[in-house]
Amino acid sequence: MDNKAGVLVPTSMNENRPIKKSMSSQPKKVKKLDVFVRGLIFPIIVLGLWELAGYTDIISETLLPRPSNIFTTFLDLAQTGDLFNHVQISLLRALGGFLIGGSLGLIMGLLVGFSNKVEQTLDPTLQMIRTVPTLAVIPLFILWFGFGEMSKLLLIAKAAFFPLYVNSFLGIRSVDTKLFEVAKVLEFSRWKQITNLILPSALPNILLGLRLALGAAWLALVAAELMGSSEGVGYLIMDARQFSQTSIVFVGIIIFAVFGKASDSFVRYFERKLLKWRDSFQG
Amino acid sequence: MSLLEIHDLDKSFHTNNGLTHALKNIQLTIKNGEFITIIGPSGCGKSTLLKIIAGIDIEHSGSVKIDQKEVIGPSIDKGFIFQEPRLFPWFTVEKNIAANFSLNDIKVRKKVDELIKLVRLEGFKKAYPKELSGGMAQRVAIARALLRNPKVLLLDEPFGALDAFTRSHMQEVLFDIWQENRTTMIFVTHDIDEAIFLANRVIIMNARPGTVQKVIRIDSPYPRKKSNKSFQDFRHLVLNEFDKTDELELVDRAGI
Repeated sequence: MDNKAGVLVPTSMNENRPIKKSMSSQPKKVKKLDVFVRGLIFPIIVLGLWELAGYTDIISETLLPRPSNIFTTFLDLAQTGDLFNHVQISLLRALGGFLIGGSLGLIMGLLVGFSNKVEQTLDPTLQMIRTVPTLAVIPLFILWFGFGEMSKLLLIAKAAFFPLYVNSFLGIRSVDTKLFEVAKVLEFSRWKQITNLILPSALPNILLGLRLALGAAWLALVAAELMGSSEGVGYLIMDARQFSQTSIVFVGIIIFAVFGKASDSFVRYFERKLLKWRDSFQG
Repeated sequence: MSLLEIHDLDKSFHTNNGLTHALKNIQLTIKNGEFITIIGPSGCGKSTLLKIIAGIDIEHSGSVKIDQKEVIGPSIDKGFIFQEPRLFPWFTVEKNIAANFSLNDIKVRKKVDELIKLVRLEGFKKAYPKELSGGMAQRVAIARALLRNPKVLLLDEPFGALDAFTRSHMQEVLFDIWQENRTTMIFVTHDIDEAIFLANRVIIMNARPGTVQKVIRIDSPYPRKKSNKSFQDFRHLVLNEFDKTDELELVDRAGI
């Protein structure tokens, strides 16, 4: 072996080895299954106890129907096709409101983030509106737009607006000034500065805003449907309450929970894909 | 042919204690293809001088000219290597080197591949900065600067945060790059061995106010061995200059 560099050979080879590589890939699959099973333990125990308590008449059926009972109710509703209709209406409302509010929030957040002048003009007002609880504007929306779809969409849009606005604003303002210096030395154009530096750097915050906005839209959907409607999962719940059909109320609640979690997982999937460059504590 | 000319450079800034003279009456001419190292105690303004040459800091009096043109701001003519690598964490190694250029451009692609070879990072093209060690990351930063064909490469204590072994390895890498490309290098350091190992000329600076105390020409042939007698002689020469500085400071303090 050519030993020109003398003692330095081993170090230079060491130097060329990546220092952070995840463990070998074989145990990873086992780990994934492990995580899944660990997530199931708690809910299964709770469901078991619940079923048992209902079965032995410790808890009244009208207050807390058994899980098996709720499941058969769900099957009944699904078979008539009613359930599908309600879910579809609710999803469209949530999606529509989220798209309106979320995209406006993102655009405003980016504008305010990029320009000090825009920030000084708009941010104080928006921050004031932000502190108004969504529930407090329901009467106003009903007065203006009645009980129709418009007031529901706007309510959801208002809820989805602020998480995205605040977080995309924050993301843009927390770009590392040291990297800005690099961009200057490398003569980045304004456009390259935005696409290669500011947006990627703000992306973690924007995605967080997206997740929070989806959650907020979901919450607002329930509020909007409970305030009065003739379709949707919220209506299903309200209607069932009047007839003391507790198991239907549960079906509605579970549907909200499942879709809420699904939308959250959807964004988290993108987060993992788009942010794999991030170097942070993995737990 | 002279590449860089600095005349009557003065730099001062306001602090809580009043006006501080960071640099005073700096005169310096650097030829094309030279390897210059600047060494001095902390606070002597060596990094400030480098930032002024880079155009990152333009509030000064006197003139700084590169190729007869006054420096008015940062540009890709003057590659700058910071103490930290400052890579974009969301880009892979190759995209970090290309940065605002597209890798789909065949010319860029080819040059990037050549540079990755030059800085000895084959096999790490697709790695993210979080997967690199400090020395590797700094080599990516050097490749990023070299892609832009700078007239001069300015290095601000680039290996200061690395351990001793990685450091000597990096010095050799940088030396090879200089041998191959003949890019003019201005290298700020506080390591005497590093300064002598690399330079055609070592510029010794003095603190409060920052002035050029002495310029020592290192005329021993490359590649240099740190154990050689001539290397040790230059080492003593530089150390003697620092002793003088200490004495001057002592006299100063006695005066107070």
